[in-house]
Amino acid sequence: MSRLPVTLLAAWLLIALAGQVLPLTPNEIDLEQLFAPPFSAARPLGGDELGRSLLDRLFTGAGISLLVAGVSVSVSATIGTALGLLAGYLGGAVDRVVSRLIEIFLAFPGLLLAIALAAFLGPGIGNVVLALSVMGWVGYARLARNQVLSLRHRDHVLAAVALGRGPVAIMRLHLLPLLLAPLLVEASYGVASAVIAEAGLSFLGLGVQPPQASWGSMIREGVRYLLVAPHLVLAPGIALSLVVLAANRLGDGLRDRLDSRLSRTYA
Amino acid sequence: MLSRVLDTVIVLLGVVTLVFFLGAVVPGDPVDVMLGERASGADREALRSAMGLDKPLATRWLSYLSGLVHGDMGTSLVQSRPVSALIAERLPATLALAGSAFLVIVFLAFPLGLIAALHRNAWPDHLAGLFALLGQSIPNFWLGPLLVLAFSIWLGWLPVSGSEATGSLILPAITLGTSLAAISMRMLRASLLEVMSQDWMRTARAKGLGVWQALWRHALPNALLPVITLLGLQLGGLLGGAVITEVVFAWPGIGSLLIDAIGQRDYPLIQGVVLLIACSYVVLNLMTDLLAGLLDPRIRA
Repeated sequence: MSRLPVTLLAAWLLIALAGQVLPLTPNEIDLEQLFAPPFSAARPLGGDELGRSLLDRLFTGAGISLLVAGVSVSVSATIGTALGLLAGYLGGAVDRVVSRLIEIFLAFPGLLLAIALAAFLGPGIGNVVLALSVMGWVGYARLARNQVLSLRHRDHVLAAVALGRGPVAIMRLHLLPLLLAPLLVEASYGVASAVIAEAGLSFLGLGVQPPQASWGSMIREGVRYLLVAPHLVLAPGIALSLVVLAANRLGDGLRDRLDSRLSRTYA
Repeated sequence: MLSRVLDTVIVLLGVVTLVFFLGAVVPGDPVDVMLGERASGADREALRSAMGLDKPLATRWLSYLSGLVHGDMGTSLVQSRPVSALIAERLPATLALAGSAFLVIVFLAFPLGLIAALHRNAWPDHLAGLFALLGQSIPNFWLGPLLVLAFSIWLGWLPVSGSEATGSLILPAITLGTSLAAISMRMLRASLLEVMSQDWMRTARAKGLGVWQALWRHALPNALLPVITLLGLQLGGLLGGAVITEVVFAWPGIGSLLIDAIGQRDYPLIQGVVLLIACSYVVLNLMTDLLAGLLDPRIRA
């Protein structure tokens, strides 16, 4: 697996953390620097329509996307895995209810559910995290359920049942560890879609509110000045696409590795 | 087959219920939207009871449901017109956009998928792979401005936004279609590669068919089924993606209607658009499944 995705993601992490430590001034208005072109001393990546530093805003935006992606992916992976495990192992009524819920949540294509939730909850970063968590659990639940359905008749599970292990212990000790690898693949794709979704909501004005900087809201504001200052849209877009690209590639790489390991072990 | 239809009805019922309760538990009050927050208590109560908001939640849910069955999606809070009429005005623009984007998907995905599979691990394959990766990693709301920058501002070939000028549909359709084309292309490539490694493909070549004949007569028909299923899914996905694309290009469809409605807190209109998109998606999925069953009897069993 190539190192590039990992390097890019590490850079994202580092930039996001640096944004918390460095004395950034992402909201400092300076009319001298109005639409300043890139590579000037005061504004290394140029200035926006209020003369604010694009570089500082890019750093702040990295922090926002990392925070939203990190929290929403953790929450939705935890809830989704738990529900999928329960549905797959217990079966019966639990499985019917969870499966129906999965189908209902899958009925909203793309960002539609997140947009609807943000519409009713109102804007703000907390609500974005909530909306993305509500939208995201389905993928993990479906994955966990399908895996458990094929794992539950394995010898080691049957042996544990025969030895009198309770269902909670079996799920936690004998099923969950086998789910972790595929869930990790799903989570890397999940990071990519959460980053896109946060930026998308902010682009629509439903996420982070001005003057706070997010890559999505930077694109939203920059689009109006495409003619005079294309770098307002190019800079956050490149950052966004690199992170999404890296997360997608990481998912592909992990999946390939997992596939070859699976075929070596079980073929 | 029948149970699949029955399942779909249950899912549709669930979708309606979810969207209804989203609107019911909303922190803001529809009455605030209509009267403003300084209205007197008596006025508010009068309007609440006129709108049926003072009735229990279950009663309201039932009346919303029975309204939907009769094609009544409620009344816009802001424009005092039926939601269904507002949506009907905007729907043709969205369908035109989604239809054109679907053509973009087909015309990008098929040639690229075919070339990639035929030249596996050579440079055309790598190039197609790069397209797929970029297509999946560049979101609509960035691809749109990039295309505008290149084709409208720098080259001056196409209009920036709106729907009046000729050619105004081209950039929105490419923006909406590209990411889905990337997924279809990957799928077609994988599916073709699997089919081409089958014994009967070797037989077809051995009995004297050329590469293209074998591909056309034997490989494509067999590789197409998963792609048709995926295209069916994407037709519905286009409606979801259209929301952002319409905002980028100020395209006057139901997506920009939805975002305007959110800005004005026009809850019945928001619910109407969300329901329409979700339900179309579900119904299109059902139709794709049924079509796949017709094309491949093995699935029906």
